[in-house]
This record gives sequence, structure tokens and C-alpha cells, in this order.
Amino acid sequence: MENLPATLLNLSLTGYVLGAVAGVLFLRAEKLANIFTFGCASMASLCGVVSSVMVLVTGAAAANQSVQLLPSLIPYIHFTIRVDPLSAFFLLIVSLLGFALSTYSLGYAKGFFGRKNVGVLGAFFNALLLATVLTFVADNIWLFLIAWELMALTAYCLVTFDHEEAETRKAGVLYFIMAHIDAGCVILGFLLLFQASGDYSFASLHDIGAQMSSGKRDAAFLLFLIGFGIKAGIVPLHIWLPVAHPVAPSNVSALMSGVIIKTGIYGLIRVLFDFLGTPPLWWGVTMLTVGTISAVLGVLYALMEHDLKRLLAYHSIENIGIIVMGLGAALMFLHTGHTVLAALALIAGLYHTINHASFKGLLFLGAGAVLHATHTRNMEEMGGLIKRMPQTAFFFLIGAVAISALPPLNGFVSEWLTYQALLQGFGTTDSLMRLIFPLSGAMLALTGALAAACFVKAFGITFLAQPRSKQAEQAHEVSGSMRFGMGVLAAACVALGLFPTQFVQLLDPLTQQLTGQQISAQLSLANGLVLASLTEKSGTVSTLGISLMFVCLLPIPFALWLVFARKSKTRRGPTWDCGQRGLTPQMEYTATGFSKPIRMIFKALFRPRRDVQREYEFSPYFATTIRFESHVEEVFERRIYQPLQILILRVSRQIRALQAGSIHAYLLYIFVTLLSLLLLFAR
Amino acid sequence: MNLDLPALLAQTALLLLMAPLLSGLIKNWKAKLQNRRGPRIWQPYFDVVKFLRKDMVISEHASWIFLVTPYVVFVTALSAGLMVPMITAHAPMSLFGGALALVGLLALGRFFLALGGLDPASAFGGMGSSREMTLSAIAEPAMMLAIFTVAIAAGSTNLSQIVLASHGPHWKFLDPSHALAFAAMFIVLLAETGRIPVDNPATHLELTMIHEAMLLEYSGRYLALIEWGASIKQLVLMSLLANIFFPVGLAADATPAAFGLGLLFLVAKLVLLAGAVVLVETTNAKLRLFRVPDLLSVAFMLGTLALVSTFLF
Repeated sequence: MENLPATLLNLSLTGYVLGAVAGVLFLRAEKLANIFTFGCASMASLCGVVSSVMVLVTGAAAANQSVQLLPSLIPYIHFTIRVDPLSAFFLLIVSLLGFALSTYSLGYAKGFFGRKNVGVLGAFFNALLLATVLTFVADNIWLFLIAWELMALTAYCLVTFDHEEAETRKAGVLYFIMAHIDAGCVILGFLLLFQASGDYSFASLHDIGAQMSSGKRDAAFLLFLIGFGIKAGIVPLHIWLPVAHPVAPSNVSALMSGVIIKTGIYGLIRVLFDFLGTPPLWWGVTMLTVGTISAVLGVLYALMEHDLKRLLAYHSIENIGIIVMGLGAALMFLHTGHTVLAALALIAGLYHTINHASFKGLLFLGAGAVLHATHTRNMEEMGGLIKRMPQTAFFFLIGAVAISALPPLNGFVSEWLTYQALLQGFGTTDSLMRLIFPLSGAMLALTGALAAACFVKAFGITFLAQPRSKQAEQAHEVSGSMRFGMGVLAAACVALGLFPTQFVQLLDPLTQQLTGQQISAQLSLANGLVLASLTEKSGTVSTLGISLMFVCLLPIPFALWLVFARKSKTRRGPTWDCGQRGLTPQMEYTATGFSKPIRMIFKALFRPRRDVQREYEFSPYFATTIRFESHVEEVFERRIYQPLQILILRVSRQIRALQAGSIHAYLLYIFVTLLSLLLLFAR
Repeated sequence: MNLDLPALLAQTALLLLMAPLLSGLIKNWKAKLQNRRGPRIWQPYFDVVKFLRKDMVISEHASWIFLVTPYVVFVTALSAGLMVPMITAHAPMSLFGGALALVGLLALGRFFLALGGLDPASAFGGMGSSREMTLSAIAEPAMMLAIFTVAIAAGSTNLSQIVLASHGPHWKFLDPSHALAFAAMFIVLLAETGRIPVDNPATHLELTMIHEAMLLEYSGRYLALIEWGASIKQLVLMSLLANIFFPVGLAADATPAAFGLGLLFLVAKLVLLAGAVVLVETTNAKLRLFRVPDLLSVAFMLGTLALVSTFLF
């Protein structure tokens, strides 16, 4: 029994491999491929869920040992895995989401029958899950990097699954480039660590930062921040994310936004809290600042989108920002030696990580269901779907409330913890630096409120009012397995929202491992009903209590109906149309119109541009056709990446002159290189 | 955890019964200052009862979101109110949430109200929702900074703890940080309760309304519920301001005399605050929509200054 978690993990890994193999075997039998690939994936991830929960609950020691996964022929390369609490936590995230997504995919992939090869989709889907799991459990630099690269490649294949469209191919290339800049930085970072440790195992890297010179440590920090930051989608390294996530099939988008970007967070936590030792102050400050900027800009750009999946992708940047804020605060507390507060901030970040996985996975699945039913991602062509797809709408609403950080769901809990960590941070130092905590808190408030605005738009325009197009009018509810997948994640959002103190207990081994403190007992009051921020005095909240309050207060309106409104009748009538002859969908508010005030208020950032062309007869008031175009400038693309791209192209054009095609010239290069190397090193 | 049931019931009743009175008072005084006779201060009670008895017409485009919104608005405002200290420093539900939960609950009500505005497919509703969500998003950071200032001074986000702390040895209002935070919160109060210069609660002029635009399709008892919920929200925010920044006269012990005195002080503070709101409403014109962010950024700056001065003094 002691070995059960490790066995289950092995089963899980085998399941993914089997799923991938099944995909290849059934390339020409799409129904079998669908059942076997996604069936294997859901079974495998279920094993992963059980295994990781067991590790977190019991602290199973058997899993927390280095195990050789495969025999290796090369002497210093070992494929070892180990499930310590940090790995177990991320294993839980990928497995939970993997389970929901695989069952969802059973229905979703039917949409590809006869059109695309489901076997390929299933095989890569399994391979991606396998690579992600390996990334989280790898106990060795080699295995980690191999899994990292495998993840990037399989994700590329899935992003470009609809490769017939030029947009998708372009997104794929951008993703590919960014993924390799990221891999390059990570490799360089690990090389620096290896230089100090002389060993490839993660165990030997523990606290290695203490043995490194501060310059090398800072260099490693920056390399990892860029490398893992690209994967996580931190501003300004995010540009691939809103391009690549939306074009992938929706189950893959959910996986990428829910889990794959979390590998960046995992890498940051692993390196910063486990390897690099006590951080200098500026690391935390950098992380907190970058996180805050990502959060605010992510949500602002999300508001400008009317492509449902791009909107969700930008929200991933926002949420990653919130997570990084928690991590940054934790680093600052570690610097000042406040390990209890560091544990609190770390819990806030980790809690938001699993929350984001559940609600963003849910929302992407909802968007996938909508896409499945209407064949469009453009919100301006949706509307009225709540009547045609009631359950999908309900699940999407849960996700929307959760991501907007509204009580009593899970987004609120993790943001509450983040606020508490930031507020308590104010007292930890005397320097001016302490102003950074409340100011980022204020920006977090701005982010939360803008996210609420964005999801009023996303839900309201997509699901409410009248359908704006034929497709939306003819939409239908999606299949049972897709609704089940969404239901699982919706249930996770509710459970994580209502039972925070119970969940925080699972994080105890993690904070023990990374900060040396266990604080779940201090966070729990009144038998776990109330979440406290370390003490009862410094602030409490109870989402379960709030929900109970709702239930208890709800009879008041009904009592009023009994007393006063017994005779009143209810009838349906048309919406007030100012005396015109009926409202048409064209008269409804649009997504673009909804976000106009925000576009105007933040116009210094967005630099909105619009072209209106009208053709008219007799008088401008009787236009025959109107053409309206509205653009928002993508600052980072225009101001950073485009100049960089131009520069790189120019330099490579210069270098191309060297490659003249003459073998004599090449021989000369070799000779000169050899000679100069000899001169340099052979003294 | 021991639940003080009498206090809970008393505060619920207080919130329900006092909220319309406060709205009536503000309307009446505003009329007086503008040389009109104005409605009686009891008028909102009659309005609520009248609305409750009326038949309802519900838009044929509306879904269940439209139907649950009134309940959500009402219940969230009431729950938020139970976390705010009113007569005593101990709010009945302060264990279940403090300042952050209060902001979250009001945001939940607003979220649904905005969805309810979009649901009937009318452009007015969408306009109202869009503006409401935008302005509240701009107001939120200012409000949080002000809350942070008092929370940091008290070392707690729990509203009862904050009130107790500012009750402390000397009157904190004289601290520059508290005075600045009060100014910021006052501006936010005007925005959150839809008052001039941000929104005009008296108008149904189509193109300028914000809050009213979202309610346009509501009628009968649902309208009563939303209007009542809005006035409860106003009462909650005003008592919050009154008790955090002027924590005088709160009942110290559980005797009827102390409670009576506490109630009297609460009414007095609310009346003063209402007077200030009325003065602002009468002496200012409504701002153009895109000028409102300027006002709210003033609030934000005041909040930042409040924080900085915690640090300096």
C-alpha cells in the first residue's frame, strides 16, 4: 500500500503512452481512435489525480524518492523521476484538467470526423499530457529538458492542427520561435547551475545558489525569468499566447491555458524557491512589478477582443500576472526572513494557480462548445445562446463569476489571500519599498473589476439577448460527454471556492518544503468554516458562510411576495422599442460597443483608430452602405518585436554574404578558425 | 464561533427599514435646496409597496438571468450590510468577511445587474451595463487604496477591528492619512451610489443614464427589490464611511440605553453625510461620461496620498 501513489503514477504514464500509441494505430479508424486515445487519457489522468492527492494528504514517502524511469545507455544521463509535494501539486492540476478535458474531447473530437484525422489529434494530445507530467516529476536536468522540449514540439503540432488556415500556420511559427527562445534561456540557466553543482540531479541543486557568486546567481535568475516567463506568458514576453492559444482546437486551448503555461510557474517556483537560495530583494520586486503589469495589461487587452477565445487567452496573461504577484511577494518575504508571510503569499499564488486551471479550463471548454455549435469565434455573431444551450451557459457563467473574483467562488478566495499577503507585507520593512505592496493591491483591484466588466461582456454578448446571426439561431446543446467535462471543472470551481481551509491543508507539505513553515492551522478558524489571514484579528472570510447567508436571506423577498404581491400577475411582453416596430438583433449592444468607454479612457495605451466610410444618396443621413473598421494598436508587437525582427533580419542578411557557396572560401574559414583557436588556447 | 442571533435580526431589520428612509431624506432635502417642495421623506416606502403590488411585464427575450438578478442584488446588498458595524462596533457577520468581502459582494450584485441589463436585448440596457462596469472598474482601485489605508493602520481588514482601532486612544480622523482616505472614499461613494456628478438618480433621460438604464425593463415587484437593494447598498456604504472615520457613539456595552444612544448617533452621522451628499448634488452639474474618470483619478490620487502619509507620519 505504501507504494500505491508511485504505482498509480506509473499507471498514469503508461496510460498516456498507450493512448498515444492507440492514436497512431487507429489513424484510419476515427471512431476507435477517438474512444481509445481519449479513453486512455481520461483513465490515465484519473490515476494521476488519485496519486497526487495521496501524496499531498499522506506525504507518501515512497513517491518522494528518485526512481529510475528508464534504463539509460549514456553514463551521466539518468531518466529519474520523483514526486515531492511541489511536483504532486502540479501533477494534481494537470491530471484534474486532463480528466475533464479527455472526457470532453470524446464528444468534441466527433466534430472532426470525416474532416480531420482524429488519431493524430488523440496521439499528440496524449503525448502532450505525458510530456507535461514528466516536466512536473522530472528529477534530473536532462529529463526535465527533454520533457520540456517534447512539450513544446507536441504543443506546436496541436496548435497547427488546423494547418489549412494561414492564420494557424503563422501562429504556429510564432509559437515555435518563442518556445525555442524560452528553451534556450532555460538551458543556459541550468548550465549555470550545473557549473556550481557538477551534477545533473535536482537533489544536488537544492540551495545551490548559496555556492554561486552573486553575479552568476542574478544571471541565472534573469535567464530563468525570461525562459519560464515566455512559457507562462508574462508581459512583455506574452505575444505568442493570444495568437497561438485561440487557433488550436478548443480542448487543446484549454489544456494550454490551463496547464501548459503553468509549467512556467512550476519552473519559476522550482528554481527560485528550491535551487537559488535566499533571494536578494530586487528579485521579488521585479516579480511583483512584472506580475502587476501583466495582470493589468492582460485584462485591458482582453477587454478589446471580440474573438471569444482570444479574449480568454488574454485573461490567461492576467491570471498568470496575479500568480506571479503572489510569488514575487513570497520572494520579498523570504528576503526579509518573514517565512510565515512567505508561506502565505506562496499559498495565495499556488491557490490561484489551481483556480486558474479550473476556471480557465472551464471557460475554454465553454468557448469550444459555443464554437462547436455556432462555428464562429466572433462574439458579434452570437447571442441568445442561453436558451439554446442552457447547460453550457450555466457552466460558462460559473467560470465567469469565478474568474471575476466574485464571492463565493474560488477566484475570490485566492485573490483574497493575495490581498492579505500584500497588506501584511506593508509592515515587514521600513523602506519606501513597502509602498509597492498596497499599490500592487490597488492594481489587483483594478484588474478584478476590469475582469468583471470583461466577463459581463463575454457572457452577456455571447449568451444573452437575441441571436445576432443565423448560426447562433440554429445552435444546439452539445453532447453529454462535453457537458460532463465542463461539469467536472465547474464542480471544482465551486468546491475550491467553498472549502478553502480544507484545501489549504493539502498545501502544508509544499510550504514546508519551500519555506519551512506550515500555516494551514493558522489559516483555519471555527472548524474550518472560516478562512483567516494568519490570525483572527487580521482578517477573516468565509465563503461557505456567505453562501449560507444568501440562503438564509432569500426567504425575505418571498415573504414580501406573500404579503404584498399575492394578486399581482406576470406576463411576457416585448422589450421597449421606443415605438419602433420591434427590436432587431442589429439594435443590440455589441461587444465592441460595450468596451468603448474603456477604449476611450485608456486611449493612451490602445491608440484606437477607426475608419468609417459611408456611401449615401441625397443626404448623409440616408446612408446606403457603411463600412466601419476599428483597430487597437498592439504596443509590444509594434514597439518592441517589430524593430527587433527588422534588426535580426538585417544582421542575418549581412551574415549571408559569408555563405557565398564557394568551397574554397569555406576551407579558408575553417583554416582561419583553427588558427585563431590555436593562437588563443594553445599557449 | 457563537452567533449572536438577536443582533443579526436587529441589524437585518435596521438595514431593511432604514434604507428607504435615507433615500427619502436625500430626495426631500435636495428638493428643498432647489426650491421645490419635493416628495415626503416616507415616499420610498410607499413606492416599494406600490411596486410590490403591481403586475410585472417581463421581456420576451429575457432568460432566467433576468429573473434571478433582483434576488442577487437584494441579497448581496443585505449580506454586505451584515458585515458593517452600525450601532455597535461588532458587526454580526464580521467573522464571515471584512472590507474585501464587502467589496466582492457589492461587485457580485453589480455583475448580475449588468447582465440583467443586457438580457432583454435593448440597447439602453447594454449602454447602462457598459458604463456601470467601466466606472466601477475605475472606482475600485481608489476605494481599495482608501480601505488599505485604514486596514493597514488597524492591522486588519475586518471592519469591526478597523472601527475598534480608529476608536482607539486618539481620534484617528485627525491623522492626515485618514482624512485623505475619507475624501477618496467620499468620491467613490458618489460614484457607487450613482449620484451627481457621476450619474443622475432622478433622470430617465435616455442618453445620460447609467444605473437607471439597466433597470429600464424591470417592473413590479422585481423593480421594488432592485430599488430597495440599491438603497440598502447606499445605506451600507454610508454607514461604513460614518463608522470607520467617525467612530463616536458606538454602543460600548449590551444595554438598551447604549443601543439607543448608538442608534441615535448612527442616525445623526448618516444625516450629516446625507447633507454633504445633497450639497454636492445641488451645487454640481452632472459630468460628461468621459470626464468622470478624471474625478475618479482624483480619488485614486487621494488614496495614494493617504497611503504615503501613513508612511510619513
